[in-house]
Amino acid sequence: MSNEWPLWEVFIRGQHGLNHRHVGSLHAPDAELAIRHARDVYTRRNEGVSIWVVPSAQITASAPGDKGPLFEPSNAKVYRHPTFYDIPDEVGHM
Amino acid sequence: MAPAMSDIMTPDAAELARVAPGHGKAAAESVSPERDLFVGLTRLGDNTLILGHRVSEWCGHSPILEEDIALANMALDLIGQTQLWLGLAGQVEGAGRDADALAFRRDAWDFRNLLLVERPNGDFGHTLMRQFLFDAWHQPMLAALQGSSDARIAEIAAKAAKEVAYHVERSADLVIRLGDGTEDSHQRMQAALEALWPYTGEMFLGDPTDARLAEAGVMPAPEGLRAPWEASVTAVLAEATLVRPASAFAHKGGKQGRHTEHMGHLLTSMQWLQRSYPGAKW
Repeated sequence: MSNEWPLWEVFIRGQHGLNHRHVGSLHAPDAELAIRHARDVYTRRNEGVSIWVVPSAQITASAPGDKGPLFEPSNAKVYRHPTFYDIPDEVGHM
Repeated sequence: MAPAMSDIMTPDAAELARVAPGHGKAAAESVSPERDLFVGLTRLGDNTLILGHRVSEWCGHSPILEEDIALANMALDLIGQTQLWLGLAGQVEGAGRDADALAFRRDAWDFRNLLLVERPNGDFGHTLMRQFLFDAWHQPMLAALQGSSDARIAEIAAKAAKEVAYHVERSADLVIRLGDGTEDSHQRMQAALEALWPYTGEMFLGDPTDARLAEAGVMPAPEGLRAPWEASVTAVLAEATLVRPASAFAHKGGKQGRHTEHMGHLLTSMQWLQRSYPGAKW
């Protein structure tokens, strides 16, 4: 049954030329059928103009346990946000 | 309360059928271009309606979620096409019947679909084989209809052709995968092919109505669709390692309203709501 088929992650680009966005996952025996299944499962309401599928096994993810060392140090570095510039009046709205 | 035995065994069934609304009209009515057009349109709409209903029977029962959704999508495509064909048929008929009335208030003898599409689903492979044999006909049919002398027909065909291009791509691919799959899937597909093969010949048998519609450039002559169908079926069966049955025997009659015993059962479930609660809307 379904657990014999590998899992694929599905990315869809919407109507407005935005980036492909992750929309979910599905099972399929190969890439061609994964695209077809993605079309049937995720674009039924005219959501997309382009589909990418990637074998879930090919995605390397950061470990949730590493959240602290990976992300917390940037909390204290407010100077990385461009909020410390005086914008001359002549520039107007930015 | 259950009907008494005498009700079920009524000896006047044939007489009841004769006087039933709509029944027998075709024979009594004289030939006219409007009547031909109505018949031709119901043939198209009844094919998509009955096949759409059959495919929808898989909803919630498919071997895998992704295929369940794919089948439901295809069933909805077919029902959508039905609304257009039967909607136009009702308009042409001019008797105040809309697509719903034609779909839910006619009895088996007034349906003009091919016998192929009323065949029971069987297993998943059987359903896909039926789908492919139909799609391989449906695609060249719609291609020809896009050149119809009737602009309304050409327009509906153009819309449906896009959906059907995907249907045939999908059904052909799955027939190949299952035919050239495991020993079990191969045997099931070969069995399905042999069971359904005698129902394919009807697609290419024309009758006088077909001939007049073709003459007027409204719809293609069924005989002319055989070559493209053969080409596509032969190629796919070869790739699927399936053996094409040799017999040319063809069951026929669906287009003229003579159906198999499965049709009444299908209509019983499809029409139940409108029969029990006429005019019900929600």
